[in-house]
Amino acid sequence: MPIATASQTVGPFWHLLEDPTWADLTRFGAIGEKLTLTGTVIDGDGAPCTDACVEIWQADPPASDSFPGFGRSRTDARGEYRFVTIRPGPVPGRGNALQAPHIAICVMARGLMKGLVSRAYFHGEELNETDPLLTSIEQAARRDTLIAKPADPGVWRLDIRLQGDGETVFLDL
Amino acid sequence: MSETIPFRPYQPGTQPEYDTPAYGSTRKRHPMQRLQALPQTVTETTGPRFSALRFPPSEDLTTNTTGTAAIGERIIVAGAVMDENGRAVPDTMVEIWQANATGRYDHPGDQHDAPLDPNFRGAGRVFSDAEGRYRFLTIRPGAYPWPNHRNAWRPNHIHFSLFGPAFATRLVTQMYFPGDPLLAFDPIYQGTADSEARQRLVAAFDMDLTEADWALGYRFDIVLRGREATPMED
Repeated sequence: MPIATASQTVGPFWHLLEDPTWADLTRFGAIGEKLTLTGTVIDGDGAPCTDACVEIWQADPPASDSFPGFGRSRTDARGEYRFVTIRPGPVPGRGNALQAPHIAICVMARGLMKGLVSRAYFHGEELNETDPLLTSIEQAARRDTLIAKPADPGVWRLDIRLQGDGETVFLDL
Repeated sequence: MSETIPFRPYQPGTQPEYDTPAYGSTRKRHPMQRLQALPQTVTETTGPRFSALRFPPSEDLTTNTTGTAAIGERIIVAGAVMDENGRAVPDTMVEIWQANATGRYDHPGDQHDAPLDPNFRGAGRVFSDAEGRYRFLTIRPGAYPWPNHRNAWRPNHIHFSLFGPAFATRLVTQMYFPGDPLLAFDPIYQGTADSEARQRLVAAFDMDLTEADWALGYRFDIVLRGREATPMED
């Protein structure tokens, strides 16, 4: 059987592929509650990562002609990514489990040999208390690294710390 | 429903580690905590679909910038996208980006003192066909120095980005060229433990792809993760 091709870093020049409109998942006229998801990607020295490629994917609302479900944002000179999307609802987990509303995140950058996968959940969602992934993380402080917080109206903030104090929980799929 | 079938774990040693000390930029960017196991759900076993209508293909990087031919050695890069079960991955978006013939990216962050080519942007996009095949016409990229260590040079390479059928099959990689003496010194290429896995990142010169009086051909096949044989346990 063939073996999956090895990942290599996206490097610092991936912007040659970039289409900035991809950061707005509502650009094709999606209907639903719009929200902005933003945050800073931070390295082990606490410095912003200004050359990262952040991608998101959400299984809800289902992808369609008006909603791609997928977005890509560069981090800017302050290390900030920024997406506009539709607020997801809960989606099924394994068995009879229900997953709290969440958005999958993949961070790629110079210095990352492969993408780092994480999730954004939403502060205040009741289902967070029973979500299979969140409840599998023992330390509350670590669990908190996956929960976006309301900032301005309609704006949710989730910083991504690659290393060290407050390191984001990254996922092994 | 096949969409709920999870993807197999990667074979040990066939993927690079986040913590790759020889590649200096990993030092402050690799996680220190162990990754949290996540049994795949619909979030991971489904993924974006890109249509050629909305994301127009651009398979000829030698003229897709201004219409005037770029400088450098024309090459054909082609291959098949398949999964670990040996099945073709059809209709998947394949994107590439690369330095020009002198080893310079058309990117404000690239300060290497080598000339830009106004006729070469260095980005392309195609969709695999029903058999998973893809093909680009491009310019052979040059090697270039980088600040990783004294006298560090990246081997000639082309960056590849693929999605496959799911969030879990996302792949960003680099294609290298056969016989490149710089491969032995490159911490990014060397960052994968398994030597056969490294070798699979090296394209094969292919006389059948080569077109007379036109361009040399290189074959680069790509394998994405494959689904498990059976649906996931409840």
